[in-house]
Amino acid sequence: MSAPVLRLVDIHKRFGDNEVLRGVSLDVHDGEVIAIIGASGSGKSTLLRCVNLLERPSAGSIVFQGEAVDYRARPGLLGGDRALSALRTRIGMVFQSYNLWPHKTVLENVVEAPIHVRGEARAVAVERAEALLARIGLAEKRHDHPSRLSGGQQQRVAIVRALAMEPKVMLFDEVTSALDPELVGEVLALMASLAAEGMTMLVVTHEMDFAREVSHRAVFIDEGRVVEDGDSDTVIGAPTHPRTRQFLDRVLRRHHAVGASPGILDVAHRARARPDE
Amino acid sequence: MSETVTRLVAYWESIASYMPGFLDASWLAFEITLLVIAVSWGCGLLAALGKLSRLRVLRWPATFYVWFIRGTPTLVQVFLFYFGLPQTGLRLSPFVAGVLALGINSGAYVAEIVRGGLAAMPRGQMESALALGMSPALAMRRIILPQVVRMIIPPITNEAASALKNTSLLSTITLVELTLHSQLVIAATYRPFDFYLIAAVLYLLMTTVLTQLAAWFERRFRLDH
Repeated sequence: MSAPVLRLVDIHKRFGDNEVLRGVSLDVHDGEVIAIIGASGSGKSTLLRCVNLLERPSAGSIVFQGEAVDYRARPGLLGGDRALSALRTRIGMVFQSYNLWPHKTVLENVVEAPIHVRGEARAVAVERAEALLARIGLAEKRHDHPSRLSGGQQQRVAIVRALAMEPKVMLFDEVTSALDPELVGEVLALMASLAAEGMTMLVVTHEMDFAREVSHRAVFIDEGRVVEDGDSDTVIGAPTHPRTRQFLDRVLRRHHAVGASPGILDVAHRARARPDE
Repeated sequence: MSETVTRLVAYWESIASYMPGFLDASWLAFEITLLVIAVSWGCGLLAALGKLSRLRVLRWPATFYVWFIRGTPTLVQVFLFYFGLPQTGLRLSPFVAGVLALGINSGAYVAEIVRGGLAAMPRGQMESALALGMSPALAMRRIILPQVVRMIIPPITNEAASALKNTSLLSTITLVELTLHSQLVIAATYRPFDFYLIAAVLYLLMTTVLTQLAAWFERRFRLDH
C-alpha cells in the first residue's frame, strides 16, 4: 500500500486539566473514507480539529503528504502564517452548523477563498463555483443569501465551498447533526457521491448507516483513545471491544426507535465504491 | 385686531432675520459632528481590536483608554484638550481641540459597541474562514467586520447622535457653534425662550437626519435581501 496521505501519530490534546485526546494515531490513505464514531465528549471532534490545526495538539506529530506539520510555530502579529494557510487550503472542513457567511451570496461564499486565498482570477473561480453549484442542483440559488436556503441546502453549499479549494482531504464534523431529519438524506447523498469519486474523507458522525455503508473504515474513539479501528462492517456490524458494543447498542437502539432516514441507504449503496485495494 | 397682526408679523420677521446666523451655526455643529464620527470610528475600531488582542502592549493601552474616557466627564476632557494642552506647549484651535476631544471621547464608546459586536459573532464564522486558509487578519476584514458593521448600525447611530448633542459642550471653549451662537443672540435680544427653542429644533432636525441616514444604511445592507 502507498504511503498514507495523512498520518497522525500519538496526538494528545489537553484543555487545562482535561485531557481530551490521550495519544491517537491514525494513518489515512488516499481515497479512504473513515468514519470516526464515539460518544459525545469522546474527543472525536477535537481530533478532527487537530488535523487542520483549528486546535493545536499538545503533543504528537502530524504528517501531511509526507511533510511534518509544524504546529508549534507561533503566527506573527497579523497572523500571517503561510505554511498553516497552505495546509488548510489542502484540507477542507465542513462544520455541524454550516457556518456559511450570511452577508455574502451563495456564489460569493464559494468563490471567496479561491479568489482571496489562492489568488485565482474571478472568472476562473466563478466558473468552477457555478459548476459545483450546478452539480448539487443549486445553480439558480447562486445569487441568494444563505438565509433563503434550507439547512440541507446550506450544508451542501458549505461542502461545495470547501470543494472549491480542490482539497486533498475533506473533514466532516457531525455535518448532519443540526439538520431536520428529512434534510439529512440530501447531505449524506452528496457525501456518498464524493466518496464514490475517491475523495479522501474523515467523517465524524452519528449516522451509523452512513458510517457502515459508505465508509471503508470505522474508528471508534472512547475517552480520547482509539478503541477499535478496522473495516467499517466489522467495527459496526461485529465489534470486538465491549466499549464499542455498548456504544453501538445505545446508538442503534435509539436509532431504531426514531426510524432511519429514508433514502440514504439506497444512495449509499449505489455510491459505494472502494479505492484500489 | 390689525395691531395684533402687525405685531405678529414683526415678531416673525425679527426671528427670520436671525435664521441665517442660526443655520450657519448649525452647519458648523454638523461639520464638527462628521469629523468627530470619523475620529471616533478610527479610535473605536483600533481600541476594540486592541482590547481583544493577545498582545499586552496592545491590550493594556486600549483598556486604559476606554476606562479613562468612560470614567471621566466629557466636559473635563474637552477642557483638558483646550485649556490643559497649551500648558504642555501644544496649543490647539477651539475647532481642532473640540474635534479631537469629542472624537476621542466618542471613540471609547464606539470601541465598546464594536467589541460587543465582535463578541456576538458566532465562533464558526471565523473558524470556517480559517479552515479555508484565510489568515486571521483577512478573515477579520472580509468576513467578520462586514457583519459586525451591519449588526452595530443602531447603537452606532445612537452614539453619533450623542456626539452631535455633545458639540454643544464646545460652546465652553469659545467655539461659536449652535449653542454659543444662541447664547450670543439671547444676550443681545433677551429672548431666551424663542432662541433656545429654535436651537433645540435645529438639533432635533440634525439628529433626525442622522437616524434617517442610519435607517437607510440598515435597510440597504441587510444581511439577507
